[in-house]
Amino acid sequence: MNAPASTAAEEPLAPGTASASVPSPSAAPHAAPDLAAFRDPSRARELIAAINRTVEAAGRPINLMEVCGTHTVSIGRYGFRSVMPDGLKLLSGPGCPVCVTANADIDHAIALARMDGALIATFGDMVRVPGSTSSLAAEKAAGHDVRIVYSPLDALDLAAENPERQVIFMGVGFETTTPAIAACILEAEARDLPNFSVFSAHKMTPPALKAIADDPETRIDGFILPGHVSTITGLAPYRFLTEQYRTPGVVTGFEPVDILASVEWLCRMVARGEARIENAYQRGVSADGNPVARALVEQVFEPVDAAWRGLGTLPQSGLAIRPAFARFDAQARFEVPVEPTREPAGCRCGDVLRGALAPNRCPLFGRACTPEHPVGPCMVSTEGSCAAYFRYREEA
Amino acid sequence: MCLAVPGKITALDADAATATVNMLGVEQRASTCLIPTAQVGDYVLVHAGFGIQIVSAEEAEETLKLVADLTELVEDELPVADSDPAPASDPEPAAAGAR
Repeated sequence: MNAPASTAAEEPLAPGTASASVPSPSAAPHAAPDLAAFRDPSRARELIAAINRTVEAAGRPINLMEVCGTHTVSIGRYGFRSVMPDGLKLLSGPGCPVCVTANADIDHAIALARMDGALIATFGDMVRVPGSTSSLAAEKAAGHDVRIVYSPLDALDLAAENPERQVIFMGVGFETTTPAIAACILEAEARDLPNFSVFSAHKMTPPALKAIADDPETRIDGFILPGHVSTITGLAPYRFLTEQYRTPGVVTGFEPVDILASVEWLCRMVARGEARIENAYQRGVSADGNPVARALVEQVFEPVDAAWRGLGTLPQSGLAIRPAFARFDAQARFEVPVEPTREPAGCRCGDVLRGALAPNRCPLFGRACTPEHPVGPCMVSTEGSCAAYFRYREEA
Repeated sequence: MCLAVPGKITALDADAATATVNMLGVEQRASTCLIPTAQVGDYVLVHAGFGIQIVSAEEAEETLKLVADLTELVEDELPVADSDPAPASDPEPAAAGAR
């Protein structure tokens, strides 16, 4: 078993002694985790009551930010924003990989799709996101070959099945996704696939957290840290939040009880003036993360400065394919004319992504910009905060 | 997009580093190259066709204990609203989460 060697689980967890009357788990090594317990309404109600008490006791407004698009969707689905006490704000940050992808990168992928014989494969969310004047979906409608894949492994198979075509995987995503892409590039090398390459627009989470922490406009008191990004990274990359900013963070999962537990834990730390990085998602995250996955990423990718929508260019925040794997690097292999970047008029996705503007406060929200007719990426992607606010009719 | 779905490994081809994973009744193939110690019967998180973590029930139980703590002990532990904000206790950087 990949038993996390030393997670917070072995330390005293929450303050006080556990008088938990939690049913004892089956100790069998392969027992299924009891996910129903994480959807238990009575636990959720107790946590909401605890949050109310803690925020009142804190006697000051508390701003928390979630930086994972899947958390944004969970919070919207369960309607948590509407049941939080006055004085506690849950803000959405730059957690949707498609949304933070710069227009220039989308335009570059579109230019690749227009090459003769090119086959672009990417995740579904990416296809509809508008670039400066087009989108991959529009290119597909115009007759270019754009395929949606569930796994980058599917793109490898497409390359094997279509030896006369150049199969380019448009890679977006954070630390959760990059190990899979790294593994595919190594697999392409092992299978000696000459017609497979990756356009890497991958990004790393900690530089975005740093940019948010440095932003004077959004004063974040605590971060709800991503679950599956942390599955790979572990907790160490977040330490700078406590050491440099004295801002706490709690890694958590995606069930209602997970989310509420992280909110309560963060409010409690804020109320006490404490700043620690904690793990409320022990079943999915070990303190050390997944070193096997990180080693693959390190082997294939190197950190580079990267442009983020809303946050600008952040140093060492992107991942480029190392020169040793240049034959799998679409940027290095193909010279294509990329159109000049144009941002959509009136779109305030940039402000939404750094938490400076609630989605429903954007003048375009729900009027000029809807999921059917999106202006900016935050309304396109299912994980975009604008799309989540629209779908769940959230107010902020 | 960083969604990962839990499922149970029902078959394993260790040579090919590939598993068959039952996710809510649907069997799917997933690479185990990121979780090389995975065994048949393990619950794993699958993201984009790759297992990324072996999930343990015991760890889930630890979180439930934490939740019980978080809901039970608030009143004794917190400063009252009118008092000054709690002085920053010694920064023991990330005590509980530390390696």
